[in-house]
Amino acid sequence: MSTVVLEEPIVAIIPRWRVMAGKLLRNRAAVVGGSVVLALLLLAAFAPWIAPYDPFKINPVQRLKPPSFQHWFGTDEVGRDLLSRIIFGTRYFLLICLITASISATIGTLLGLIAGAGSALTDSIIMRIIDILLAFPYILLVLVVVAILGPSLWTGMAAVGIAGIPGYARLVRSSVLTVKREDYVTSARALGASDAEILFGTVLPNVMSPLIVYLAFATPLSALIASALSFAGLGTQPPAPEWGAMLVNSRTYLFSAWWAVAAPGMALFISIFGMNILGNGLRDVLDPRS
Amino acid sequence: MAQYVVRRLLLLVPVVIGILLITFLMKALIPTDAVTAMYQGQLSEKEAAQAIATLRAKYHLDLPWYQQFFIYVGDLMQGDFGESIRLRKPVIDEIGYRYVNTILLTALSLVIALVLGLTTGILAAARRNTWLDVTATTVGLFGISMPAFFFGLLLILVFSVWLRILPVVPHGWMAIILPAFALGIIEAAPLSQVARSNMIDVMRRDYILAARARGQSEMALIFRHALPNALIVVLTVVGLQIGNLLGGAFIVETIFSWHGIGELAVNAIQWRDFALTQAIILISAATYLIINLVADIMYAWLDPRVELVS
Amino acid sequence: MAAGIRSPHTLLDIKGLRTQFGSGRNPVNAVQGIDLQIGAGEILGLVGESGSGKSVLALSILRLIQSPGRIIGGSILFDGKDVLAMSNRELSGWRGRDIGIIFQQPQSCLNPVRRIGWQVAEPLRQQEKLSRKAAWDKAVTLLRSVGIPAPEEKALAYPHQLSGGQAQRVMIAVALALRPRLLIADEPTTALDVTIQAQILELLRDSCRDFGTSLMLVTHDLGVVARLADRVAVMYAGRIVEEGPVAPMLTAPSHPYARGLLDAAPRLGQMGGLRLRDIPGSIPDLSQPMPGCAFAPRCELRANLGLSACLGELPPFIPISEHHAARCWALPQADGIYSTPMTMGTRA
Repeated sequence: MSTVVLEEPIVAIIPRWRVMAGKLLRNRAAVVGGSVVLALLLLAAFAPWIAPYDPFKINPVQRLKPPSFQHWFGTDEVGRDLLSRIIFGTRYFLLICLITASISATIGTLLGLIAGAGSALTDSIIMRIIDILLAFPYILLVLVVVAILGPSLWTGMAAVGIAGIPGYARLVRSSVLTVKREDYVTSARALGASDAEILFGTVLPNVMSPLIVYLAFATPLSALIASALSFAGLGTQPPAPEWGAMLVNSRTYLFSAWWAVAAPGMALFISIFGMNILGNGLRDVLDPRS
Repeated sequence: MAQYVVRRLLLLVPVVIGILLITFLMKALIPTDAVTAMYQGQLSEKEAAQAIATLRAKYHLDLPWYQQFFIYVGDLMQGDFGESIRLRKPVIDEIGYRYVNTILLTALSLVIALVLGLTTGILAAARRNTWLDVTATTVGLFGISMPAFFFGLLLILVFSVWLRILPVVPHGWMAIILPAFALGIIEAAPLSQVARSNMIDVMRRDYILAARARGQSEMALIFRHALPNALIVVLTVVGLQIGNLLGGAFIVETIFSWHGIGELAVNAIQWRDFALTQAIILISAATYLIINLVADIMYAWLDPRVELVS
Repeated sequence: MAAGIRSPHTLLDIKGLRTQFGSGRNPVNAVQGIDLQIGAGEILGLVGESGSGKSVLALSILRLIQSPGRIIGGSILFDGKDVLAMSNRELSGWRGRDIGIIFQQPQSCLNPVRRIGWQVAEPLRQQEKLSRKAAWDKAVTLLRSVGIPAPEEKALAYPHQLSGGQAQRVMIAVALALRPRLLIADEPTTALDVTIQAQILELLRDSCRDFGTSLMLVTHDLGVVARLADRVAVMYAGRIVEEGPVAPMLTAPSHPYARGLLDAAPRLGQMGGLRLRDIPGSIPDLSQPMPGCAFAPRCELRANLGLSACLGELPPFIPISEHHAARCWALPQADGIYSTPMTMGTRA
């Protein structure tokens, strides 16, 4: 039976982002994860003022000293202050996150939009290529690009960024295909909107939520792979205070100076952990299904 | 069933060609070609030019790319993966035993990941929102955030240095324990999450409510009704998971000096030994492809909803 | 107090049942104080629109309410046993054996990865302790008795290979496998094709009659009730507003909401010149306190008579005849209105 609503409920119109922000602030995981990310940003921005020592200053007298009042995290095999190197390392970490995420997300989203909204032929060409790329395990794809470009900080980032493209493309394509079938897109089309208007005005905003959640989980994974590359000597090269690269030499001293391994390892772990629980919080807020 | 397998295999043809093209192109895209790399700085300029010309002809580097590609595929068919510039021997000789080692490591860590991941995931789902669930979820999050190389070093530190349970340089079967656990524990985390969320999803379904309404006990609901459904979905993830294990082997093998193809790949890339790199990537991709094919076929076989005859 | 027909044996006796969802400041009171009896062998139709709480009531009776919902008050006696006091183990033994339920979506109520025969046989093996072979044979017999063609083959099929009607037949077979004394059918035909609905209803009625099973038929469809029920209870906003034998309930209901439902129901033969009437307004927010009659804000009768009590105080059940009662403040004052035959289209 049909019913007629007599009185419209009076609801104050609050912008969607403010509702989301409010929900995020009440989500414990998001707050903890967000604090970690914020701390990383602050450390990176003010590294020269916060760090007690020069991160590159070699001091053979002070080599492999355990944590002490002078050197909170101890010193490494050439006497550099680990705390200072960790603090400067945040810059590398965030740079890696930014560059890899930008490469994968921008190109992947574009490809996904084109495949999802374009003609059947474009779609199948793009998706066949994506399928082939996805036939490689993720790390293997990274290694393919590193093998071609040669190992360095920038090629490592490019490799991780490129290897992340297929994931984004597939996510965006399937979201676009879902959204395309929704009534509001049909009605926008019925109202005479052009394809581009529909794609960027109607479809993209509705794809944003899954995209943000994916970004929140894919970015720490990229950072993890990039630091693993550095650790294997295929990414950032020592003496840069990148956390993965810091382990290259210090792992030799694992038995005598565990702190030289623990400091960069823990820094990496805490940062990734923070980003992952921020992702959990974002997913809880943005994904209506969970 | 046979029909399904054939159909699935036919779908693989373009993917296989794509993989071959990529590994082939790796060589073409590399700025210095292999021969130049081989003799760099070792010979006088004149000698070098001569050697390079001979070798270029020998390796067909003077032919157009598509002919090179057919020669490349033809060689592969005959089991010729080229010659390692650094090791000065056929690639296949070096890869053979290392491949077996990597498969051993991957298989053992998969078993560890499955046992740990599935039990914690199912338990967490069954005791949802209890301390057990919270612990399992938190530990899972730790596992996802833990860099494999750091975790591997931690395991060495704890078991070999502090507890002295395992020798620092283990031999024989002992050598596989730590790398297998390092990989297995880390990969258990996402498996556990998938198992948990799938179990929770399945436990919300109408057929579980209907079975409960027929007087089935909680244990029966979890194991007889929900688990078969949840496991089918988990299976699809396991295929992808094996990709992570194969990938993770690159790092873990390096740390534990486990002589698999992962360790070799890291070295090969640093040596700029392209024939070797190319072969390892090709073999890993092929392995991954076959594993996913098997997972797909198992999925089709286990899930009655997938129609096997079209 | 509801004036139920006192059959020689009251099988299910619900008193003051309250079920709540959510917590915090504004929990939703989905069922707010229900009194209901079902006699042995009786067919009760429970009618209401979606959101009236009828499905929650059905699940509450079986104690199948899942968190964040919970039963917060009242009592349920099944053949004298206190259902709300049963342990999990006792519940397991009771469900299936003494009471069964079938739902609206039969396809989603069958486990997609188990064979039909397995699902019908399972209660027989678990609760009757039959052997695998004996349970399977009995499952095939049951499938045959609910009208599944070629039951030996269909027992080997999976749920997705069945049509909706067949799936509901299977659900009936499963629910009746242990010959429970009460079957609750929650919108059993709503999801089915119209042509199948009548067959399924007949099957339900005949099976219940054969097994001596009482039936509680939960539906929004008055046509379904007219076909099967001995007695009807109309639910609105978590309460029963009128209860009585099927004949007066479907020809001259007393509660303005029950009348509204009847006016809104399409009937054959009347479709020609007459318009269907809808009930203006919508179901109230069950998380807000409602001191009076929940239907009052939508009630035209209240507006016409200018009654003030409706919004302030919950009306008691006011008897209309021996087994027929309704909760409406207008009843004592509006004698004349209810004795006149129903008129259509008065609002227009």
